Amino acid sequence: MEQHPPGFNQLIKAAKKLEPDGKQLRVALLGDSAIQLLAKAIHASGRLSGLSVNIYEADYDQIDLQVLSHDSALYTFRPDFIIIYHSVSKLKNRFYSSPLGIKTEFHEHHSSKIENLVRSVASKCSSKIIYLNLPTVQDAIFGNYATKVETSLRFHIRAINQHLNSFASGHGQFFICDVESLAAYVGLSHSFDQQLYITSDMEFSLDFQALVASNVIDIINAVHGKINKCLILDLDNTLWGGVIGDDGIDGIEIGNFGLGKAFVDFQLWIRQLKDRGIILCICSKNTEAIAFEPFRNHPDMVLKEDDIAVFVANWNNKADNIQYIQKVLNIGFDSMVFIDDNPFERNLVRNAIPDICVPELPEDPSEYVDFLSQLNLFEVASFSTNDQNRNQQYREEAQRKSIEIQFTNQDDYLKSLEMVAVIEPFNSFNIPRVAQLTQRSNQFNFRTKRYTESDIKSMAESERFIPLIVSLSDKFGDYGIVSVVILEKNTSHLFIDTWIMSCRVLKRGLEDLVLNQVINHAEFHGAAKIYGEYLATPKNILVRDFFPEKGFKQEGELWKCETSTYQIKQHFISLKEVNI
Amino acid sequence: MKTDEILKIVNDVFIDVLDDEDLVLTPETTAQDVEDWDSLTHIQLIVAVEKRFKIKFTSQEIQGFENVGHFCEEVHRKIAD
Repeated sequence: MEQHPPGFNQLIKAAKKLEPDGKQLRVALLGDSAIQLLAKAIHASGRLSGLSVNIYEADYDQIDLQVLSHDSALYTFRPDFIIIYHSVSKLKNRFYSSPLGIKTEFHEHHSSKIENLVRSVASKCSSKIIYLNLPTVQDAIFGNYATKVETSLRFHIRAINQHLNSFASGHGQFFICDVESLAAYVGLSHSFDQQLYITSDMEFSLDFQALVASNVIDIINAVHGKINKCLILDLDNTLWGGVIGDDGIDGIEIGNFGLGKAFVDFQLWIRQLKDRGIILCICSKNTEAIAFEPFRNHPDMVLKEDDIAVFVANWNNKADNIQYIQKVLNIGFDSMVFIDDNPFERNLVRNAIPDICVPELPEDPSEYVDFLSQLNLFEVASFSTNDQNRNQQYREEAQRKSIEIQFTNQDDYLKSLEMVAVIEPFNSFNIPRVAQLTQRSNQFNFRTKRYTESDIKSMAESERFIPLIVSLSDKFGDYGIVSVVILEKNTSHLFIDTWIMSCRVLKRGLEDLVLNQVINHAEFHGAAKIYGEYLATPKNILVRDFFPEKGFKQEGELWKCETSTYQIKQHFISLKEVNI
Repeated sequence: MKTDEILKIVNDVFIDVLDDEDLVLTPETTAQDVEDWDSLTHIQLIVAVEKRFKIKFTSQEIQGFENVGHFCEEVHRKIAD
């Protein structure tokens, strides 16, 4: 099986073959040791994932100088991301040289130094910061007893990482590239290259630098909303051993014996993904009733029917079935992962749907989880409790689809849904979800402005913005927050900085209710005009004609609506509470 | 393995890493003679040769190579061990 990510030299070579035509991105890399090869790897890794990364390499060991001074080259560069890398070898030498009396405070000093760097960046610009945390070192000064000794290096490295985790969880602009885990995965002897450190002042081996770079790019992609949202699974020999149609429910391998254990572990891993918000679907060549049987009746199955949002078992071509799944879920192919043990099916899907991610799969099911884990397919940049219900929401959607066909009149159908909307301003509960929506929504999104939690927090504190955070529920269930509008106040008009809506609630009339509310806000704030802007991306063609369709008039690059001539739109959603 | 066989393999590794199909190394070649052979690609070249022959150079060796011929002799000595 191919190494992932590729080794350093393979990475550079593979990237050279690609055209540099991806999304432009500015990344500043700051280190206290030699960073040229890491920069090279980040650039190459970016290109492999379709990014055109423009890298600013700060001069050697200038982290503090660049970050703290207002007019440094770092800020002139206007980076989208700032990567900060303190080498653990340097840290070690500093620790060893610290007088015994202050050694115990070492981790606090280092942690607060990083916090200060982050705060300093945050006070000057909205660049996201990615910090490479510290791999544990084996210096054997105390042996295993180091865990108990406050003057051991390992004790301090762990304390620093722990501290950074808590700090990062409360800071939306700050992300950690978990080098500690990466080093644990490949082993310290593979992550460090002592010769390279001595001869070139680079402590990480070339291949490890490639791995770190690939993870940095994963984080960057996730922040930009390029994430996988859906996992589509084959059944026979993927979720269980054997073929249900031939072996029968008593014959398939799943459970606590033999190979069955590997499939139990795999299903547990998948359920964990579902619990954190990944949508699960089945795509299997089987007779439907037979395919359902293990989910309904096998005592050792971890995954149940309820866990699956869309279940497709038939004898059609898998690419067609995945296209059907895509239509039901209404998310991009580039946010889907398809897992199948059969190389023929994998290739067929890969060829028919180039955007979908189809990883290889080891022959041995006991390797499934480890292999798929190391691909890091499910990087995210935010997490909210709403994620945990996502599968349920898509199941409800499937039920709605089934009653929709009973109504010939669309209005009757909408009335029958008994929809209720709630509109709130920003609050501490909704900020994570709002940030996430700005990062993830691509289709109903006029300007595709991505915001982190900290961006949203500062908007919430500013008087300049009017937020409308919209939740929707109906008789089948609760969608949670599905639309976000952020209006920017200007002297005589409001500007629609952001308007996004989850595609799950398209064609429900919610956009009309929201537009009515936007007009109400404009009148409340004495603004006679509202301006909207459409910035085209490859994905938001859905809303290209939205403004003219709703009666906005073109004015230069913008779309204008005057409140005095606005026609109130009809819809079938009751508005429960509005806190202006 | 003879030194000229080693030179051929080393040449292939250089072609691969430096992405230059026309590169011809001789025992006398030095970094000055090859475009793109700088201190950074030098590191990539060393690691690639180490991987190819499953050997490991010492820090002193890495810093002391005079030319490709000398480099190949070191490889020869190491795989003979």
